[in-house]
Amino acid sequence: MLDPLLQIRNLTTGFQTESGLVCAVDSISFDLDAGKTLGIVGESGCGKTVASMSIVDLLPKPAGQIWEGSIEFHGKELAKATEQTLRSVRGNEIGVIFQEPMAALNPVHRIGKQIVEALQLHRNLTTRDALARAVELLDAVGIPVPERRITEYPHQLSGGMRQRVMIAIALCCEPDLLIADEPTTALDVTVQAQILNLISKMQDDLGMAVLLITHDLGVIAEQCDEVVVMYAGRIVERAPVHSLFASPRHAYTMGLLASIPKLTNPRKSLLTTIPGQVASIYEFVPGCRFCQRMERSGPTLEKRPPYLEITPGHWIEQCPECTT
Amino acid sequence: MPTPPPSTEAVSVSSLLLEVEALKMHFPVHGGILHRQVGAVRAVDGVSLTIGEAETFGLVGESGCGKSTLGKAIARLLKPTAGNIRFKGHDITKLSQSRLRPLRQDFQMVFQDPAESLDPRMSVGELIAEPLLVQKIGTRTEREEKVLQLLDRVGLPRRAAERFSFEFSGGQRQRIGIARALAVNPDLVILDEPVSALDVSVQSQVINLMIELQRDFQLSYLFIAHDLAVVKHVSDRIGVMYLGKLVEVGPADEIYHHPRHAYTRALLAAIPVADPKHRHKRDPLVGEIPSPIHPPDGCAFGHRVSHPRWQESVGMDLSLKECAPAHYVMPCPCCTEGGSG
Repeated sequence: MLDPLLQIRNLTTGFQTESGLVCAVDSISFDLDAGKTLGIVGESGCGKTVASMSIVDLLPKPAGQIWEGSIEFHGKELAKATEQTLRSVRGNEIGVIFQEPMAALNPVHRIGKQIVEALQLHRNLTTRDALARAVELLDAVGIPVPERRITEYPHQLSGGMRQRVMIAIALCCEPDLLIADEPTTALDVTVQAQILNLISKMQDDLGMAVLLITHDLGVIAEQCDEVVVMYAGRIVERAPVHSLFASPRHAYTMGLLASIPKLTNPRKSLLTTIPGQVASIYEFVPGCRFCQRMERSGPTLEKRPPYLEITPGHWIEQCPECTT
Repeated sequence: MPTPPPSTEAVSVSSLLLEVEALKMHFPVHGGILHRQVGAVRAVDGVSLTIGEAETFGLVGESGCGKSTLGKAIARLLKPTAGNIRFKGHDITKLSQSRLRPLRQDFQMVFQDPAESLDPRMSVGELIAEPLLVQKIGTRTEREEKVLQLLDRVGLPRRAAERFSFEFSGGQRQRIGIARALAVNPDLVILDEPVSALDVSVQSQVINLMIELQRDFQLSYLFIAHDLAVVKHVSDRIGVMYLGKLVEVGPADEIYHHPRHAYTRALLAAIPVADPKHRHKRDPLVGEIPSPIHPPDGCAFGHRVSHPRWQESVGMDLSLKECAPAHYVMPCPCCTEGGSG
C-alpha cells in the first residue's frame, strides 16, 4: 500500500499566553490519502483550526508553536521544516482557504494582482501570462466576466464570490492538498451548496486531497470520506464517514449527532442536548475531558484514555465511561 | 390541483396578537455632489403577516433578504416607510418612541450576538433588571428578586447576577439575553438569529429553553433564522422571504412537505443532510440575491434563475394567494406550479 499523502503523528501545538502555556492540540494522529477528503469536526475551541494551521505553520507567531510530533507530507517532514521549505510548500503543494475571505484577501489590491502574486511566487511566469492564467482560474471557479473581475477589489464582490476568489488563489498552483477551514460557515445554504460543489469538482479535476474543517455535521456527511471528531484538543473518534454516522462509539460523537435538529423531528419536541459546556483550556484535566464536561469524578479524569483502532479504520479515545 | 394539507395543519386565526400589513421599510440612497436622494434600498417591500397567541412564526431567507430589517421594523426599532403594524389591536406603526415605551413591555427582542447586544459595563443582574427599571416596575428589592427568578428560569446560577456578561460563554450570554427579554413578561418575543452563533450542542440547549418558555408563559415568537432545520423545529408557521417580499407562507410541515415556490424548494434542497447514506447530487441555485436598490421587475426569483417564463410575471399582481388552507404563495407563472391559474 502507498504511504498516505499526509501523516500526522502525536502533533502537539500550544500557545504562550499571559496566563502561562496552554496546549491547544494535544498529541493527535491521523492520515490522509491522496485524492480523499478528511473532515475535522468539533465545536469552537476544540483545536480543529489550530491542528490544520499547524500543518502549514500558519500559527500566530511567536505565541503559537508546534511542541511535539511529526507532520509528514509527501515524505517531507513539515513540523521541523525551515521557513524557506514551508514557503515552497504553502500555496504551492498545499493550498489553504479560510472562513472569512474578507479578512484573508488584501483589501487594497485588485483581485487579479492577488492571484498573480501567488502564481509568480511559485511559477516562473511573466505578469502577462500570470494574468491570463488568473482569468482562466476565475472562470474555472465560476466567476462571471472574469476579465472585468480581475480589476476589481475584494469589497466589490459578494461573500460567495470572495470565497470563489480564495479558492482560485488556493488552487492556482494545482496543489496536492487543500486545507479548507470552515469555507462555507459565513455563507448562506444556497451559496454553501455552490461552494461545496465547486470544491468537489476541483478535487476531481486536480485529484487533490481535501482537509475540511467544519462544525457542521451535515457538510461532513455530504463531503467527506473519513472524519475526525475533536473535543478539547484531542481526537475522540476517527472513522470512515459511514461508520461514524451509522455506529458512533464515543459519547461526544453520539451527543453531537443527536443534538442536531432534523427535519423529521416532531415540531417543538425537546432536542437531545449535551449537558454542561467545554471546560476552559486552562482547566483541562489530564484524563478524559468529556468525563470532565459530564462532571464525572474518579480515575477517568487522572489518566488519558488510550487511542485505539477498534475496528479497521475506526479509532476512539477509549474511556470506560464514554465509549461503548 | 395539489392535494390540500391535513386539516390539523390549519392554524386558528381567532386570536391575533400581531398583524402586519403591506409593511415597507426603505432606506434612502444618497449620491451626487448635492447628496440628493437618488434611490432607495427596498429592504422590506410590502410584507403582510400575522402572529397568533402562543404561536411561533418562523422567518427564513438568505442574508440580505430583509428578514432582520423586518424584525426590527416590527419591534419598532425602525420607523416603517409605509404599511401598518397592529399589536394587540393598537396601531403602533407611527407611534413616537415615548408613546411606544409603555407598550414595549409586551414585545421584546433578542439579538443574534449577545456579546454585542449586552453592555459590558453592566453586571448581569443590572442587565436583566434594566427593562424593569425603564418600565418603572417594582421596588429595588422586588426587581432583585425577579432577577434571581429569571436566572433560575433560564438555567443560570444565581451568583451570575454579580458577574459581567463577558465572563460567560456564548450559550450562557444568549440565556442572559433571553432573561432580559422576559423580565417584563412580554407576549411577543422577536428572536433575530438567536442560535446562529452557537455550537450545535449549546444550540440545542437554547432551543429547548425557548420551547419550554413558550409552553410555560404562552409566548408568541417571531423567529428569524437562516437555518431551515432549526426554523422548522420551532415554528408553527413559516414565511419564506426573498428580496424584501414573502414568496410563501404556510404551516411549517406543509412548507416542508409541499413547498410550492421554487425558491422554497431551492432553499430546502440546499440544506446538507447529516446522513452520508442520503448523500444527494446537489443542483445548487445559480446566482445570488440581487441588489434591493434595483430589484428586477416581476418575480425576482424567476429573474435570478433566468426562468423562460419570467417575462410573464412582469406587471402581474404578485400578492400572495391561498393555494391550500392557510398556505399562501406568490402566484408567479415561473416559480409556482400552476401559480398563474
